[in-house]
Amino acid sequence: MSAVLEVEGVGKRYGAVQALADVSFSTDAGEVVAVIGPNGAGKTTLLSIIAGSLAADSGDVRPAPERVGWAPQQAALYARLTVAENLELFARLERVPDPRAAVAAMLAQTELTERSGTLVGELSGGNRQRVNVALALIAQPPVLALDEPSAALDPAQRERLWRFVSGLAARGTAIVFSTHNVNEAQRYAQRAIVLADGRMLFDGTPDALLAAQPEAGADLERALVLFLEARARAAPAG
Amino acid sequence: MRWLLTKDLRILGRSRLLVALLVVYPVVIALLIGLALSRGPGRPRVAVVDETPPGETVQVGTERVEVHRYVQQLFDQLDAIEVPTREQAVAKVRSGGALAAVVIPPNIVTKASSGTEQGELELIYNGDALEQSLVQSQLSSALAEANLGFSKQIQDVAAQAIDQLLKGGNLSEIGAPADLVGLEQIPALLARVIAHQRPGPDRDALQRVATFADFAAQNLTLSKRVLASVGQPIKVRSTLLHGRRTPLDTFAVVVAVSISLMFISVLLAAGAIALEREEHALHRLLRGLVRVRVLLAEKCALAGGCGFVVALAMLAGVGAFVPLRWGRFPLWLAALALGAAAFAALGVAIGVLAREVRAASLLAFLLSLPLAFLALVPRGAVARGIYDSINVISFVFPYKAALQALDAAVNGSAPAIGGSLAHLAVLALAFSVLAGAGLARSR
Ligand SMILES: Nc1ncnc2c1ncn2[C@@H]1O[C@H](COP(=O)(O)OP(=O)(O)OP(=O)(O)O)[C@@H](O)[C@H]1O
Ligand SMILES: [Mg+2]
Repeated sequence: MSAVLEVEGVGKRYGAVQALADVSFSTDAGEVVAVIGPNGAGKTTLLSIIAGSLAADSGDVRPAPERVGWAPQQAALYARLTVAENLELFARLERVPDPRAAVAAMLAQTELTERSGTLVGELSGGNRQRVNVALALIAQPPVLALDEPSAALDPAQRERLWRFVSGLAARGTAIVFSTHNVNEAQRYAQRAIVLADGRMLFDGTPDALLAAQPEAGADLERALVLFLEARARAAPAG
Repeated sequence: MRWLLTKDLRILGRSRLLVALLVVYPVVIALLIGLALSRGPGRPRVAVVDETPPGETVQVGTERVEVHRYVQQLFDQLDAIEVPTREQAVAKVRSGGALAAVVIPPNIVTKASSGTEQGELELIYNGDALEQSLVQSQLSSALAEANLGFSKQIQDVAAQAIDQLLKGGNLSEIGAPADLVGLEQIPALLARVIAHQRPGPDRDALQRVATFADFAAQNLTLSKRVLASVGQPIKVRSTLLHGRRTPLDTFAVVVAVSISLMFISVLLAAGAIALEREEHALHRLLRGLVRVRVLLAEKCALAGGCGFVVALAMLAGVGAFVPLRWGRFPLWLAALALGAAAFAALGVAIGVLAREVRAASLLAFLLSLPLAFLALVPRGAVARGIYDSINVISFVFPYKAALQALDAAVNGSAPAIGGSLAHLAVLALAFSVLAGAGLARSR
């Protein structure tokens, strides 16, 4: 399989903060990659650069942002438009061939058909997040960048989301997502990338991360914490 | 662009209160400013105490001038309230019933008739520094007007008296004998007498008297003319160097409409672009879905379009009451369209700078209001250096250019409309470029 997403030596600095430093990886079609790491590690920065909403200071990303579906961490929706209007607007801006059909399909998929006429500003946080993710999917892009897509979702909705995303991956969509729910990474991702302080510290299967921390047993979350502690001890200056 | 515009109009349509405020507020402000401009300052309310005995006159030569005429002159210049005593006048000023009081003392006639002293008026006023200076300047111009009128009457009477001396006739009312000879007639009379006289000392003496009478008559005629010119030493004839003079009320219309155009376009553009950012949609749009240029153009079209429609409706509505030249309609459209574009571009730049809707609206507001007032400051109302700085500010922001363009379009006033339109186009472009750079930097 050939790489559909290539990230090469990407760096980003906000004033004195090095948010991202020399991050490189590539993703094949159908591959699901979890980006994990502590708060402020640079996950959102990385996904925003992949989605083309943020310009990197250095490095390259392929493909062009038009071919990447993006669900930002902070829902980017018009509060005074209804669910359907938000979806239709972006379907048209993304030049989806049959916007109305795409909207209907997406509403059914996210089980928001009943809510289609509700103003987004009046939705619950979780439902808003579902619309936010639906916007990323509406143009059926070959690459998805989902920033904490399951945050604020109830367990049943989370389950639905992952079933749907796994289905997309099975049909060849490459998916990069960030999460603080490490179990999700373990369950749905073939690969985990660990970021801390803007650096990529690990790139491999979740099992490899587990294997590297034998005292964590089968607990990936524990393994991640131990891994980060070990790295911090090894390089105290960061 | 079409879909973004539809989206923004839909959002605008759902923000009824905002729309109402956005339309009503500038229209109210505009009407207030227009009203204030179209009516000149009102006449000051002043208490007047006339202490002169009724029927009192000033004697000038053979004639008398009624003092009451002077009081009447003064009344015409003021919103005068007649009060009988000085105490009551003071009370009126103190209570705020009058801005000031003028007391005409009983001895004013003696003084005015003395020929050596001037009559004196007493002025009483109150209030804060601003009111005092306003009342003082209004009163002194009212008094100057009344003085001028009064001295004109006195001069007329004096001129009449001189005339009678020159022409002679029946001056019995000043106790002169009947059928008095006029000074002008004396030289001719004497010439006839001299013709029958033999040369000698008598004839020489008569000749000297005739020469004096001729000289005196000529000088009195001259002094009559001098008197007339003293009455109004300088007559004003005004010439406007360029263009047509705009009547104050149609100018007020132009001010009102341009202020509405500015408020709606600037506020809406600033708010609309800031809203995209506040809802985090800006990043979604600008990652290849919409180009920066298109996004800015869409916001300008939205805000400028709304401003344009409201301003045009205002102009047409006002046109029902104030005669406007409808033949110039295409020029109205050009001035409003370019004005709207420049204001919207300014608004977009503000919105990009401010980042959130509230800050953007506040900034747009804080900037627009003083801009309008600065553009309306007349030359000569402030010191030269300040006026120059005001001019620079007015040049960099679109209000003054829009006002001039609209004034030229509606009233045909100078400077010609072409320059203002070009100025507006350049400003629209400049602010768009500024906004574009700001957006690019935020990524
Ligand atoms: N707009 C910004 N201006 C300045 N610094 C920023 C900005 N956005 C992010 N940062 C900094 O960059 C670093 C990485 O932030 P980022 O949002 O990518 O972290 P994250 O891994 O997504 O965190 P979280 O898990 O909390 O979402 C942090 O130190 C953050 O403070
Ligand atoms: Mg994040």
